[in-house]
Amino acid sequence: MQNFEYLAPETLSEAVNLLAGNEGQTRVLAGGTDLIVQLRQGALSADHVLDVKHLPECNELGYAPSEGLTIGAAVPCHRIYNDGAIADAYPGLIDAAAIIGGIQVQGRATFGGNLCNASPSADSIPILIAYGAECVIAGPQGNRRVAVEDFCTAPGKNILEKGELLVALHLPSVQKSSGAHYLRFIPRYEMDIAVVGAGASVQLDEGGKMFVQARIGLAAVAPTPLFAREAGQLLSGKEVSEESIETAALAAQSIARPISDMRAPADYRKHLVKVLTRRALLGAIRRARGEFVPNAVQENGQ
Amino acid sequence: MNSKAHVKTTINGEEMEFLCEPRQSLLEVLRDDLGLTGTKEGCNDGNCGACSVIIDNVLVNACLVFAVEIQGCRVFTIEGLASPEGLHPLQQKFLENASLQCGICTPGFLVAAKALLDHNPDPTEHEVRHWLAGNLCRCTGYDKIVRAVLKAAEVGRETTAPAGSSN
Ligand SMILES: Cc1cc2nc3c(=O)[nH]c(=O)nc-3n(C[C@H](O)[C@H](O)[C@H](O)COP(=O)(O)OP(=O)(O)OC[C@H]3O[C@@H](n4cnc5c(N)ncnc54)[C@H](O)[C@@H]3O)c2cc1C
Ligand code: FES
Ligand code: FES
Repeated sequence: MQNFEYLAPETLSEAVNLLAGNEGQTRVLAGGTDLIVQLRQGALSADHVLDVKHLPECNELGYAPSEGLTIGAAVPCHRIYNDGAIADAYPGLIDAAAIIGGIQVQGRATFGGNLCNASPSADSIPILIAYGAECVIAGPQGNRRVAVEDFCTAPGKNILEKGELLVALHLPSVQKSSGAHYLRFIPRYEMDIAVVGAGASVQLDEGGKMFVQARIGLAAVAPTPLFAREAGQLLSGKEVSEESIETAALAAQSIARPISDMRAPADYRKHLVKVLTRRALLGAIRRARGEFVPNAVQENGQ
Repeated sequence: MNSKAHVKTTINGEEMEFLCEPRQSLLEVLRDDLGLTGTKEGCNDGNCGACSVIIDNVLVNACLVFAVEIQGCRVFTIEGLASPEGLHPLQQKFLENASLQCGICTPGFLVAAKALLDHNPDPTEHEVRHWLAGNLCRCTGYDKIVRAVLKAAEVGRETTAPAGSSN
């Protein structure tokens, strides 16, 4: 690996100044589970590596039922799933946090890094989209907020401009009678990249019979993670039924433009989009009704 | 630029200082500069868990940490597992259950299993398997490792009773 200068700023303004002012390539380091691998393989180069783990704003993990959830860009997965209040309020996030690599990777990997790395198969992105999460971005011109679905632009590319960094993700507060679920298909239980991933969040009426609203996000079926906007909108005001779920799953399937690679041929991925969207919706509906749906750590029926 | 960084840290309870290049991984520094060769290199890309260490109570792969990042941290490596009184129950149970063959994966499994038991002294088999999914073993088929961890957990619970609050 080429050598670089390691920078560990302690304030956001210092970080932005360094990012904006440095000559050469400055790479932002969160958990390093993508960056260190890419630098070592020579896929990326760096003259400077700027660690965000000393920035207070990036370490914030704040949840208040009325305000929603703020996940700082340096917060690793293990902090998210070990926080009982967050796990109860946002179970769909835990579905993703508990399957990104193994425990060692989860000790370091952040949702912010998962998002900034902009892999089409990133496991946290579909569920962040489903939850309606926003990115809080700091830069030389001040802060801006961007919806997660608008953040990735191509494989490995995102909308950040020179001098900008992701500070945090913000999720809106959880409505009554709502639930969410993320799942992916891989040929084994752990430690693999999604062949397809689907995340759904739903809000039902008080009786749990009608959809008030729904949002669906997809992974590994296009050059960027996708927001299946229409598929979710089709459910608003509809009865919770096999037919309505099937209609949404077909709509999600229709926007998928997968490629064939070593993990799966395109037509198989296309098939999986429908299957997984349906299952993500069913899991979200069950949780909205207060039923138990296990994540990767929990055993069935626990 | 490219000057060496001066890092102060605590490894297995002992205060240490070293110089390193920013690009060096913690794994490299542990093995090549500090002589702590118990931590193994398997893949060097986060997939095998042979380099598992615990930093500030969090289990991580040392190959995916820059050594400069551990400034001020508390690091636990396999060298810290046994005490002067003898082997740790995990090590003892690995021996009794033939949980290793070639042994390259063993330090990583032991450190990962220690982190599990620190965090959850009474894991189910499912929890053990889930926790150890980031550790690869080409020899044993895992089953004997899982048995050993479950047995060591029993020993740990017996010796720490009456149960107080632990962390
Ligand atoms: C063994 C292994 C298994 C894995 N399994 C999975 C998996 O199952 N699912 C999955 O989705 N991913 C997986 N990954 C990939 C990786 O762990 C995740 O993408 C992780 O979430 C990245 O987060 P990080 O904090 O480690 O990011 P880093 O590696 O620190 O950063 C990733 C990228 O984002 C940039 N970046 C980071 N933070 C910021 C910021 N605040 N502002 C601007 N740019 C930033 C970095 O410069 C870099 O380009 C795996 C990786 C390994 C090594
Ligand atoms: S050597 Fe670090 S995970 Fe394989
Ligand atoms: S004992 Fe040989 S790899 Fe595990």
